[in-house]
Amino acid sequence: MKQLLIFIRKEFYHVLRDRKVLLILFGMPVVQVLLFGFALSSEVKDSRLVVVDYARDYASQQIITKIEASRYFDVEKNLLNHAQIEASFQEGKVKAAIVFPENFQENLLRNNKPQVQIIVDATDVNTGNLVNNYLNAILLDYQAEQNKLAKMPYQIVAETRMLYNPQLKGAPNFVPGVMAMVLLLVCVMMTAIAIVKEKETGTMEVLLVSPMRPAMVIISKAVPYLVLSLINLGAILLLSIYVLDVPVKGSLFLLLAESTLFIITCLTLGILISIQTNSQQVAMLISLMGMMLPTLMLSGFMFPIENMPLPLQVVSNIVPAKWYYTIVKAVMIKGAGFGAVWKETLILLGITLVFFGVSVKKFKIRLQ
Amino acid sequence: MRTLILLLRKEFRQIFRNKAILRIAMIVPIMQFLILPQAANYEFKNINLVVVDNDHSSYSRLMISKIVGSGYFRLVDNANSYKEAYAYVETDKADIILEIPPHFERNLIRENSQKVFLAVNAINGTKAGLGGNYLGRILADFNKDILLELAPNATVGNLDIATTAWFNPDINYKLFLIPGILAILVTMIGGFLTALNIVKEKEVGTIEQINVSPISKRDFILGKLIPFWILAMVVFTNGLILGYLIYDIVPQGSILLLYSFVAVYLFAILGFGLLVSTFCDTQQQAMFIMFFFMMIFMLMSGLFTPIESMPNWAQWICAFNPVTYLIQVIRMVMLKASSLEDVLPQLRVIAAMAVVLNSWAILNYRKTS
Repeated sequence: MKQLLIFIRKEFYHVLRDRKVLLILFGMPVVQVLLFGFALSSEVKDSRLVVVDYARDYASQQIITKIEASRYFDVEKNLLNHAQIEASFQEGKVKAAIVFPENFQENLLRNNKPQVQIIVDATDVNTGNLVNNYLNAILLDYQAEQNKLAKMPYQIVAETRMLYNPQLKGAPNFVPGVMAMVLLLVCVMMTAIAIVKEKETGTMEVLLVSPMRPAMVIISKAVPYLVLSLINLGAILLLSIYVLDVPVKGSLFLLLAESTLFIITCLTLGILISIQTNSQQVAMLISLMGMMLPTLMLSGFMFPIENMPLPLQVVSNIVPAKWYYTIVKAVMIKGAGFGAVWKETLILLGITLVFFGVSVKKFKIRLQ
Repeated sequence: MRTLILLLRKEFRQIFRNKAILRIAMIVPIMQFLILPQAANYEFKNINLVVVDNDHSSYSRLMISKIVGSGYFRLVDNANSYKEAYAYVETDKADIILEIPPHFERNLIRENSQKVFLAVNAINGTKAGLGGNYLGRILADFNKDILLELAPNATVGNLDIATTAWFNPDINYKLFLIPGILAILVTMIGGFLTALNIVKEKEVGTIEQINVSPISKRDFILGKLIPFWILAMVVFTNGLILGYLIYDIVPQGSILLLYSFVAVYLFAILGFGLLVSTFCDTQQQAMFIMFFFMMIFMLMSGLFTPIESMPNWAQWICAFNPVTYLIQVIRMVMLKASSLEDVLPQLRVIAAMAVVLNSWAILNYRKTS
């Protein structure tokens, strides 16, 4: 036990000695959480829209005013005819066009189902879809208003409540995602070089001839980084609560405990990479290039997992960030208790144990 | 010139000697390129729905079957109470709760109007918006059916909304994502390898040998840049070939234009890696700094979230992000068949970045410590 403590102290010296790395380690997550917390949002505001109004009657004007009043659109200008739409799309800024046919109001009142045409620029599919949906919602809303005014019988009115995030802000979705991403990459990268660096500089021999057992070496390597990561976690949480306005709805203790578990998962993953590789460069490339995009895309925070093809849904299960992201969302945003996340916790724990077991097993006590 | 060729030969020998790195640099991008584009799909087909039917009338049942029949929703369960349904949302098993109040059918007919309640899990705003929207449309449709049945002459104000998607009529998500993934992979390979390579010479100490040799700064830096430039070009070519073979994407515009742009772009990115390496003493430092910028390059490039949705200051960051321009140009040339004239603004910005970053790096590189 005393030996272990001494080794941990040695590792601490190593970590604290490199001031530049320390500065980056603490500065980077803070800057990233702030930056992405404010900047990322899947809501499209002020999209430019062009109108082709062949009708020019009261009803079409009413709809256009309604569109102008929503915060989603900037109604750019009125075009005279269809042909001008393409030109305005090619200029690049206009995202959508809406076309009202002639005699719009008349047909509407006579119940001839006049056709409103929406045209979106689908080179950016996401924006195109969103814009189309906003426009659809506005039109349906108009229709419902009209029906109410006309005292239509047998109306079904849907009353919608947005749970957890009534203003549909981006932050409640992106803060857990960015947390998972930043913690994972920082932790994996830090430990990924821990052992391989000793191999590269030759100090590994000293470690190997010492009476330390592999498990002890691994633990002493991980502990300093665990402490650093916990400080980082604290900073990220404070920022998200006080600056980004995303409070912890559930139990803070539970969130901290789950985060600690996730940090340990990432640290052991880093150690595993470190043990398997022979040079710092390889370890870094694996932990960065190998982890960055898959974590971002398969953790469910950018793209919904249930929409992926089945093989990819299976693959996503081995991405630790997926489970952590689910847990943070449940505890922090929904305010759920342990009962809702015990399964995810068990899986994370299982992944950690596998990583740790493989690391201990693969740890070679001989050079070459 | 001769020194440059000798230096290049040395660099290539070093690159080819380290099989592990070469393997990662070639295989990881290919693997990710094969897997990741499949992940993106915002077309919500299986929105999980829980129904709390307090009425159990023929109308309420008809409504539910109409919703499920639409194909957008998957009925997870018929819950007995809102509380029970809420538990599904809490554990992420359901996204939307539809609650039909007691006496729904009776009140609808007697009182002419009746509410149904929707509760949407809105953590992911996009998903919530879309799901609520689909459900709203289906309910409106159902309402029309009922009206036709009960009061055939009463309907007014119905619109027929027709949507057309231009430039990507099938709403193909892969078409939209592949240029972005390709851009990020090329950037990562070029940037990381350059930054790490030079710092490694510093860390191991071999850089001193170069410093005391009569090799000029220019030759040294070109000797470092050219091999990784070629490597990144190979990665890009692999991407194009795979895009054609697997995803059936044929560039609509000129391939020559695409390559010329990437050629200039790579000098900007390699220059950036070089610049980072001049500021660092250890590979660890270089890697963390590159990681920091790569995250920003990736998330602020308009690939995952639209740039228009960002606040003004963030849009400025995007304007200084080289990846933004690469994604734009690949999309324009590959999908819209844009010409040199169309991409000239982007080309100018990238060329300027290349010049600034490389000269800064050369200025900052000291042969004496």
